[in-house]
Amino acid sequence: MAETAHATATAHAHGGGHGHAHDPNLAHHFEDMGQQRTSATLGMWAFLGTEVMFFGGLIGSYIVYRFTSPDVFGAASKYGLNVWLGTINTVILLTSSLFMAFAVHAGETGDRKAQVRYLLLTMALGTLFMVIKGFEYREEYHEHLIPGPHFSTEALHLPEEPAPPTASAEHAHESAETLKTASFLTVTPVQFVRQRAQMFFVFYFFMTGLHLLHMVIGLGLVTWVLILARRGRFTPSYYTPLEMTGLYWHFIDIVWVFLYPLLYLVALHK
Amino acid sequence: MSQTVTPTARHDHAEGHIGPRTYLVIFGALLGLMALTIVAALFDLGAANFIVAMGIASVKMVLIILYFMHVRYSDKLTWVFSVAAFLWLLILVGGFLNDYFTRGLVAGR
Repeated sequence: MAETAHATATAHAHGGGHGHAHDPNLAHHFEDMGQQRTSATLGMWAFLGTEVMFFGGLIGSYIVYRFTSPDVFGAASKYGLNVWLGTINTVILLTSSLFMAFAVHAGETGDRKAQVRYLLLTMALGTLFMVIKGFEYREEYHEHLIPGPHFSTEALHLPEEPAPPTASAEHAHESAETLKTASFLTVTPVQFVRQRAQMFFVFYFFMTGLHLLHMVIGLGLVTWVLILARRGRFTPSYYTPLEMTGLYWHFIDIVWVFLYPLLYLVALHK
Repeated sequence: MSQTVTPTARHDHAEGHIGPRTYLVIFGALLGLMALTIVAALFDLGAANFIVAMGIASVKMVLIILYFMHVRYSDKLTWVFSVAAFLWLLILVGGFLNDYFTRGLVAGR
């Protein structure tokens, strides 16, 4: 393999042949297939780096809220979310990643049928994940857990008269009183708990929603490489689109690996 | 120029060593770690619950990156790119958590 790559590089460097000797998949600004592939991988990782940053920012702010109101976040997670469906979805997504790894391996070995088979399995599991997520959202909608005017903490079993939860709440209360500012700035403990419970669901819907958006894009990419695979466009020397789609799909899996314990397993022991 | 590029191409094909068997082993490990994170969440470990959960998630992430995403068998530059992403994340999250969780430590503030 490496020898052919070298041979094409040499042919290319001599500038002699137009349209012969080198792989038709080699774009002419690259020296050889290896360089082309490394460039694609690096570009993909640079992109995934930006993805890590914005999911990381979200997760970081979630952590701040979670530790400043641990009781509210615990109750919201335990009574608001369905941990069974969350766990099933984790298994589904991990399995889809396994099939994606198999599909990329089939690209490496040039097994067209296996590429198609495993890409279809990946898509099926990805779709199943989204359907289950949809049922979860439906459940939460019926329990009035969507942040907004119809939000209700009824399903969350919050204590009737909660202890003043955090220092920041007291601060807000104190400073508002000492400054004799308008009453809308004063937050009672009950209102505070309600606000923080809504905050949990703001994070929940935003993070899982953003994750779902990535799944939709991922399914689009898998559909695209599935079409290419069916047409037999991938050879052991060129299956870069398949491999890059794999990287993206595994990244989606990694995001979920963090979202699952953060959102679903906050207060399982309580 | 091509002298510096060709070794990379050769190195890339070391990826052939990774196969379905490795993927199955990693998949098993991922499922095991998922079970472990649930079991850990069933016990009240205080703040350690969070650290354990994030630790297990990080191990799962590293397994996925090294094997499913082939970074273990990729060239040095790919290592640099993938590690850099998490280095920036560490600076970001480390920085602002350091801010939030040290507030109120100084008396009278």
